[in-house]
Amino acid sequence: MTSPLRRDDVAHVAKLARLSLSEEELDLFTFQLGEVLEHAADLNSLNLDGVVATAHPFGLINVVRDDVVTPSLNRDQVLAMAPDAEDGRFAVPRIMGEAP
Amino acid sequence: MRTAQEIARSVQSGTTSAISELTTALRAIRERNDDLNVFLHVDEEGAIEAATRLDERVGRGENVGPLAGVPIALKDNLCQTGIPTTCSSRILEGWRPPYNATVVDRVLAAGAVPVGKTNLDEFAMGSSTENSAYGPTKNPLDPSRVPGGSSGGSAAAVAANMTPISLGSDTGGSIRQPAALCGLIGMKPTYGLVSRYGLIAFASSLDQIGPFARNVTDAAMLLEVIAGHDPMDSTSLPEPSPSLVAHVNDGVVGKRVALVRELLEGSDDDVVASVNQAVEVLRDAGATIVELSIPELKLGLSAYYLIAPAEASSNLARYDGVRYGLRVDADDVAAMNEATRTAGFGAEVKRRIIVGTYALSAGYYDAYYGQALKVRTQMIAAFHRAYQQADLLIGATSPSVAFKFGTKTNDPMAMYLNDVFTIPTNLAGEAAVSVPFGTGEVGLPVGVQLLGPGRSEAQLFAAARVLEIAEERS
Repeated sequence: MTSPLRRDDVAHVAKLARLSLSEEELDLFTFQLGEVLEHAADLNSLNLDGVVATAHPFGLINVVRDDVVTPSLNRDQVLAMAPDAEDGRFAVPRIMGEAP
Repeated sequence: MRTAQEIARSVQSGTTSAISELTTALRAIRERNDDLNVFLHVDEEGAIEAATRLDERVGRGENVGPLAGVPIALKDNLCQTGIPTTCSSRILEGWRPPYNATVVDRVLAAGAVPVGKTNLDEFAMGSSTENSAYGPTKNPLDPSRVPGGSSGGSAAAVAANMTPISLGSDTGGSIRQPAALCGLIGMKPTYGLVSRYGLIAFASSLDQIGPFARNVTDAAMLLEVIAGHDPMDSTSLPEPSPSLVAHVNDGVVGKRVALVRELLEGSDDDVVASVNQAVEVLRDAGATIVELSIPELKLGLSAYYLIAPAEASSNLARYDGVRYGLRVDADDVAAMNEATRTAGFGAEVKRRIIVGTYALSAGYYDAYYGQALKVRTQMIAAFHRAYQQADLLIGATSPSVAFKFGTKTNDPMAMYLNDVFTIPTNLAGEAAVSVPFGTGEVGLPVGVQLLGPGRSEAQLFAAARVLEIAEERS
């Protein structure tokens, strides 16, 4: 499949990725990303039916540790690096409307 | 500047001190850092304290480790407790990690003295260090040219004699290519050999930490220190660190080395000449040379530029203005997330997040990401077949010597082509080293790449050492 990337696609995907692009960036990225996907078209021309996908070089199986309590990061140190914290928690702007 | 091995020996024996070696390093940094933009942060105070403590321990007769008093530079995507760590991104500006990366703990335990954090392409995405939010690093060998990337700062630190060794990370060539462009040894170890705990993730199935050094023995020493199982990284190989330094002089007698057509194709003439010359040196040293074609390698670039952005788009979702780094205020959380990410990420990072999100999105997943993962399987199989005919492979690290600033910044595809010879190793999870051998345009170094199967680091260093000895004699 070699469908060239459309400007609307880039705008939509940027929104999914929580990025806002200027009109100028939209034009530039549509062109540049189209080129990358065009290059990737050589993969689409391959017949890879029946080939197993590799997501990881070693095909890892689950790695678990013993169920023993060990020290974790110091909460105050971690929160000290947050943009905003309150009562031992990360603070963010309002998520929902005012309570009725 | 002396080698890391020489420094460690003389610090341990008391003929010099860690503090005096550190002073030399800090002086070199002060002299050239403003011009070259190698370090984003120099931790003078912490380094002086660490060196002073080491000298006290040596004074008490303690063995302080194989890297006793050796100044080391750390790529700024490696976490060091309390030290600003930015990944060269505005989005992490001001963040100080509350923990050490495992590699940082290990170099400290080996007696090394971290002096600071080096510049990189933002989140390690790039091949020239031009994508840093804090300005590009210049190549110390020719400041009108790039040092390569993404670990350009770590390469430049060693090339400018600021530190004898440094650490970088390699996702698609980010150690080997800058090593080639700066005339250094740079190794991408087998996936899992070095713990990634505390390495800020770019593409988790490809990322691997590795060493830069001016000579093979120093690179082997550093890798020996940082390698070995770490329970904090579930992808870490189960075995302890391999013995590497003891094998650097093993040579290549009886080894089969394959010159791979696809690892040289399209390179500049001077690069081709250096690789051919390196092949002759290995032949003279007792290796059997064969020629191979591995057509699957040509698919690596396309597969990589889907897989790496796909993983990156997921890894970088965590930069949302909530837990660390930048926050741009807005009325609600979603708007704050978007405003923060839009202001905090640079153009290349945004491009890759968008490609990755696209490749993973419904309707395109099978055609792009799924297909790339199948190509990865074929790549691994192709390497496996090649390693039945040869012990090691040889080719170029990069198609050209260091290029001038600005020549590829507006053309992502041209920039990506820098990585065409280095990417296959990452996709396969195997090991490869870049060795400076010969010179090209205006006397700049050429990097010859030696590739091996997983856990072949000792053999790779031994072959690299053969080339190094030939270079020393020429």
